[in-house]
Amino acid sequence: MSAVVLHLDNVTRVHGEGPTEVHALRGVSFRACAGELVAVMGPSGSGKSTLLTIAGGLDEPTSGTVSVEGAVLGSLGNAGRARMRRTSIGYVFQDFNLIPALTAAENVALPRELDGERSKAARLLALAALEEVGIVDLADRFPDEMSGGQQQRVAIARAIVGERRLILADEPTGALDTDTGEEILRLLRNRCDAGAAGVLVTHEARHAAWADRVVFLRDGLIVDESGADVADELLEVTP
Amino acid sequence: MSIRQAMLALLEPEPMYGYQLRAEFEQRTGATWPLNVGQVYTTLSRLERDGLIEHDERVDAAGAADAPDRAAQVMYRITPSGRGEVSAWFTTPVPRTQPPRDELAIKLAIAVTLPGVDVGALIQQQRTATMTALQDYTRLKRSGRASRPDQPEDLAWSLVLDSLVFDAEAEIRWLDHCEARLRRAAAEGHLHVPACPTRTADSEEVRP
Ligand SMILES: Nc1ncnc2c1ncn2[C@@H]1O[C@H](COP(=O)(O)OP(=O)(O)OP(=O)(O)O)[C@@H](O)[C@H]1O
Ligand SMILES: [Mg+2]
Repeated sequence: MSAVVLHLDNVTRVHGEGPTEVHALRGVSFRACAGELVAVMGPSGSGKSTLLTIAGGLDEPTSGTVSVEGAVLGSLGNAGRARMRRTSIGYVFQDFNLIPALTAAENVALPRELDGERSKAARLLALAALEEVGIVDLADRFPDEMSGGQQQRVAIARAIVGERRLILADEPTGALDTDTGEEILRLLRNRCDAGAAGVLVTHEARHAAWADRVVFLRDGLIVDESGADVADELLEVTP
Repeated sequence: MSIRQAMLALLEPEPMYGYQLRAEFEQRTGATWPLNVGQVYTTLSRLERDGLIEHDERVDAAGAADAPDRAAQVMYRITPSGRGEVSAWFTTPVPRTQPPRDELAIKLAIAVTLPGVDVGALIQQQRTATMTALQDYTRLKRSGRASRPDQPEDLAWSLVLDSLVFDAEAEIRWLDHCEARLRRAAAEGHLHVPACPTRTADSEEVRP
């Protein structure tokens, strides 16, 4: 059964106030189910990153609610949200966000260690994640000793380490060639096929096409959607 | 026409029955350009008329067997002038006439000049439809015989899929481009405002 993992309900986000205020999201309702990969497309400034950071608990909505696995992020408090980010939510930043002083394996192990896992166990999980993205041989290299594509894969390994139920990726194929980009998509796809919910922000139609659903954002509003909504299908099936 | 050349080229390595030709064609192209039986035999008889192929009649002329059955028993082989035509096909570039999205370009070209057509909605609907097709091609690419092509025919099929992917992608990029240009034109007052919601305060330039 496909459970709703991420649910945004009528979310708005206003940056600034008065004459300079920006309505980045104007009432977006959105959900991603277990096993589902959803792509978000839209022109620059349409609110894609805002939607993703709010979904990941890195930013808060001005109004509306966000729930992850049934827990409303707004009512969790900072500590609860931070815990959620370490354990349930994997986030791939557009600019990788790796820590330069840590090796690939240490970067990937970090969220597990922060969550209280013993470092040996955390390293084993990190190596498994690096294996999955195909660069376990680079485990002990530092970010500046790796190519952009390899760093990107470390960032993805960090987002999938452990049993993340929700994977959020902001332009994860940004600086990659088409082949490497496709590998990344295959990986996200596999994770979702294995039961995670994934949200992928991309401006590349060929990458969005790996998703079950593609949501089109314009000026902070969802204007259209292609592909089937798993949850809707379920609703139709139930008598 | 390309079907004619493709069938002729498939006959180059060895003689084949008509139904075999059709199967070999679809092995490489999937159901992208489906061939019906009638088309196959019409094409074969034209190729034969033009001296590019000939046939072996292995029929026990049991007389009044019905036509399709008899046709199925006939094996076709390529002639020397047929080989010439095949090699000419492979050494001549395909002319760039009639790009496949002509209808869309024409539709849009007419739509932007007519009052009362919701061009924004037209673009969005087309983009969603094309994205759905792109999702289908991608699904075919990552599953089935195109995902692990170990036969030359499977590789051929996955390349045909890639071609469809590139076409759909190009169309979506062109639609994005049209949308951005139309919005700019609308903002500058050259056009009736398209359907998409327009930006408020933040995008309105304050001119001194
Ligand atoms: N911290 C902020 N303060 C003020 N405005 C902001 C802030 N963050 C985002 N915005 C504005 O909100 C709108 C949406 O931004 P967002 O980053 O979500 O766009 P995006 O769709 O991710 O664009 P891109 O494709 O360029 O990454 C933009 O107009 C942006 O300028
Ligand atoms: Mg962004």
